[in-house]
Amino acid sequence: MTLEICRKYAPNKDNLIQILHEIQDTHPQHYISAAAVDIVAEYLHVPANHIYGVLTFYTMYSTTPRGRNIIRLCESPPCYIKGSDNILRRLKTVLGVGTGETTKDGAFTLELCACLGVCGNAPVMMINDDVYGDLTEEKVEEIVNKIRGAK
Amino acid sequence: MSLKRIDLLICCGSGCVSSGALKIKERFHEVLQEKGLVNEINIIETGCMGPCDYGPVMVIYPEGIFYKKVTPEDVEEIVSDHFIKGRPVARLMLQDEEEKTFSTQKEVPFYQKQVKVALANCGYIDPESIDEYIATGGYEALGTVLTTMSPQDAIEVIKKSGLRGRGGGGFPTYLKWQMVHDNQAEEKYIICNGDEGDPGAFMDRSLLEGDPHRILEGMMISAFAMGATSGFFYIRAEYPLAIKRIKHAIAQAKELGLMGRSIFGSKFSFDAEVRTGAGAFVCGEETALINSIEGQRGNPTPKPPYPAVQGLWGKPTVVNNVETYGNIPTIFLKGADWFASMGTETSKGTKVFALTGDIRNTGLVEVPMGITLREMIFDVGGGMSGGHKFKAVQLGGPSGGCLTTQHLDVPVDYESLKERGAMMGSGGVIVMNDEKCMVNVAKFFMDFCVDESCGKCSPCRIGLKQMLDILTRIDSGYGKEGDIEELQRLGEAISKLSLCGLGQSAPNPVLSTIRFFREEYESHIRDKSCATKVCLDLMHFHIDKNRCIGCSLCAKKCPVSCISGSRDEKYTINQLPCVKCGNCMDVCPVKAVTKVPGMHPEVAAKRLAETKLSHNYDE
Amino acid sequence: MKTLADLKKIREKAQEEMKLRGGNVRIKIVVGMGTSGIAMGAREVMKTFLEEISNRNLTDVLVTQTGEKGLSSMEPVVDLIEDGKPKVTYGNMTSDKVKKVVVEHIVNGRVVSDYVVATGN
Repeated sequence: MTLEICRKYAPNKDNLIQILHEIQDTHPQHYISAAAVDIVAEYLHVPANHIYGVLTFYTMYSTTPRGRNIIRLCESPPCYIKGSDNILRRLKTVLGVGTGETTKDGAFTLELCACLGVCGNAPVMMINDDVYGDLTEEKVEEIVNKIRGAK
Repeated sequence: MSLKRIDLLICCGSGCVSSGALKIKERFHEVLQEKGLVNEINIIETGCMGPCDYGPVMVIYPEGIFYKKVTPEDVEEIVSDHFIKGRPVARLMLQDEEEKTFSTQKEVPFYQKQVKVALANCGYIDPESIDEYIATGGYEALGTVLTTMSPQDAIEVIKKSGLRGRGGGGFPTYLKWQMVHDNQAEEKYIICNGDEGDPGAFMDRSLLEGDPHRILEGMMISAFAMGATSGFFYIRAEYPLAIKRIKHAIAQAKELGLMGRSIFGSKFSFDAEVRTGAGAFVCGEETALINSIEGQRGNPTPKPPYPAVQGLWGKPTVVNNVETYGNIPTIFLKGADWFASMGTETSKGTKVFALTGDIRNTGLVEVPMGITLREMIFDVGGGMSGGHKFKAVQLGGPSGGCLTTQHLDVPVDYESLKERGAMMGSGGVIVMNDEKCMVNVAKFFMDFCVDESCGKCSPCRIGLKQMLDILTRIDSGYGKEGDIEELQRLGEAISKLSLCGLGQSAPNPVLSTIRFFREEYESHIRDKSCATKVCLDLMHFHIDKNRCIGCSLCAKKCPVSCISGSRDEKYTINQLPCVKCGNCMDVCPVKAVTKVPGMHPEVAAKRLAETKLSHNYDE
Repeated sequence: MKTLADLKKIREKAQEEMKLRGGNVRIKIVVGMGTSGIAMGAREVMKTFLEEISNRNLTDVLVTQTGEKGLSSMEPVVDLIEDGKPKVTYGNMTSDKVKKVVVEHIVNGRVVSDYVVATGN
């Protein structure tokens, strides 16, 4: 699987970031395993420690398993000014986890992130690739329950 | 030839999508199907129209009727009343405070002081249609430049226009081009910096999503002028739609022969690809960005050598911001003089700003340089929301500084802002009302910069952390005399010594809030009091016994059971265990619970005893 | 695509598709679509206008609609608005009358006075 993804790209070092993205996005647990790192290292002919360096530098990569859905709540000033801390508190209660943690059923991982660039509709969060804006405490609960129900 | 009689433009910028635009679009498809109107109405998904706060918004042509905050339930009424009976739905139109209704987009005050150059097509065309871009004059500038100008001619046009980099630094665009043009290297690269990380800025996203061909055309003209044949779009991974749209635009341009070999029959060939980031603010810095494209950690490197000399893979490289490219086609179409006629002596043209925070009309606006902050915030932005008073505005995100009431008449251009300790940055305008604590805001920005520091150079890695520790101390009630001076000393040193723009500008929010709100810092430190009641340690909750009806709701809702009393005695808060969650205030039916500035004397006394105790141990 | 002329061809065609958003419009047809208009067949009138205009490839004509015009006894009512000329209002319109108005008035520039119920603003 990992090797198939690698082969879509030319074996050049500059494709590393794109390859890592695709590995992570296609993994059901949204992370990059140690085994995957070794495969990529061999394919690109770069040392595994270089890949770890890159993996840990960028905040979007995870080296530990995560939930099926990644909730990323914006913690930047425009969202903060509009009350993102209340939203965070509610998300923690609704999901029963702290930031950076995954729910027991493996459905959600709650993360904080830098500006998502939808500041006109602050506070904002992203679940996977979808952006949800003008959040209220009621609205986040509804959104989470809807995704839970769809599963 | 179609039977279409109505163009329904639904804003599908990220803001409106986040508030449900796609559901509305689906609903329109359903209702039009039911009513048999599919052949008569064109549904067009556009990029950001600007007034995000009113989202989802839409404009209906030929009349240009503007609807705001549309819900799926409104769709049926729009179709039956407006589309069929020709009676636009007044309740969905924008109204001002005096209940004046604005029916068409042109009348909406938000748009009136705006001059759209880079944003001209955003919200007006379908970003996935190259034909619509061409209809607005797209690719004509490229064709004209390639068939009638030399690269040096093109550089001269940009020089004359006075265009400066829109990403923050304000470096004259032509100079970068000239440096690379004059370099005889065989391989040169051009990069579009779409790593828009500044909190509160989202114009690059909107441009990439709303008018991708414009950015592509601007990039190709630049590439021709400096002699590059390949380019990279570096876009944040947080912007999946922008990435998709640019890839789509590149494919369309190649298919039409507007990209590839010998474009417009000239000797110029060009190819571009998209690279994405992976969540690192520092990658907006050009040397860090180049490292990231090369597949490495996004660490900045010292300048010189500048990318123009030694950039991507060691070759001369120009890195321009998205909005900068967005201006270029129009400058060639309408002329350098036209562009230079707008703006101030040193800052020409228009600039896109993202209005956010406690302002009525949040969203994207494009105004001529030199407009005053007052016009931008109160005329275009519609003033403060919720009847609050203006307190401060943070310009340029975490790298910028704050300005206050006394600066409202300052013209917004690169130099005027810099003189006053703020900066244009990428154009984020975060407006704050009188409920905001400036110490808290400064701490918040510092926290962001500490998180995003790449850790390569010590002034930024260690110094910013020190500043954050002091700010945390101040806002949790442990501030001491000399802290303000220490913050200033550290801030100035970090600005001078850091390797890249992140560290050099990170102290700005702290330094500027100290400059303009020093008394707030002082009252936090000396009086242990936060006048705005934002810093939890420096405020407390109080129950007014005259108002309290003894219902016990607050006591029941208190998570730490620190409220006691009875119906007769009324209720009181035991201040020591209180966690300041605010539940009591939320549930009180008679509003007897209030926030009071200042640390409660009991808490202050306890803290004092603790410090004495620890001193005893020390001795 | 090799020349600016090729680009121009695409542009003209695309502008045509976008004329509703403020292109080159010579004549605007405004159909009164109030409740009584619709009751008297205004939808049919509008559809016929659209079809006729499309069939004849009239690119500079715009069809739009408005609410009740207060001429209930003469519904369906249609205004033809042409730059620099007084507005012409036709009443008691039917599909057949529409066809005639398109040929006579819109194509040949001759007002069909039999159907006119008002002129000017």
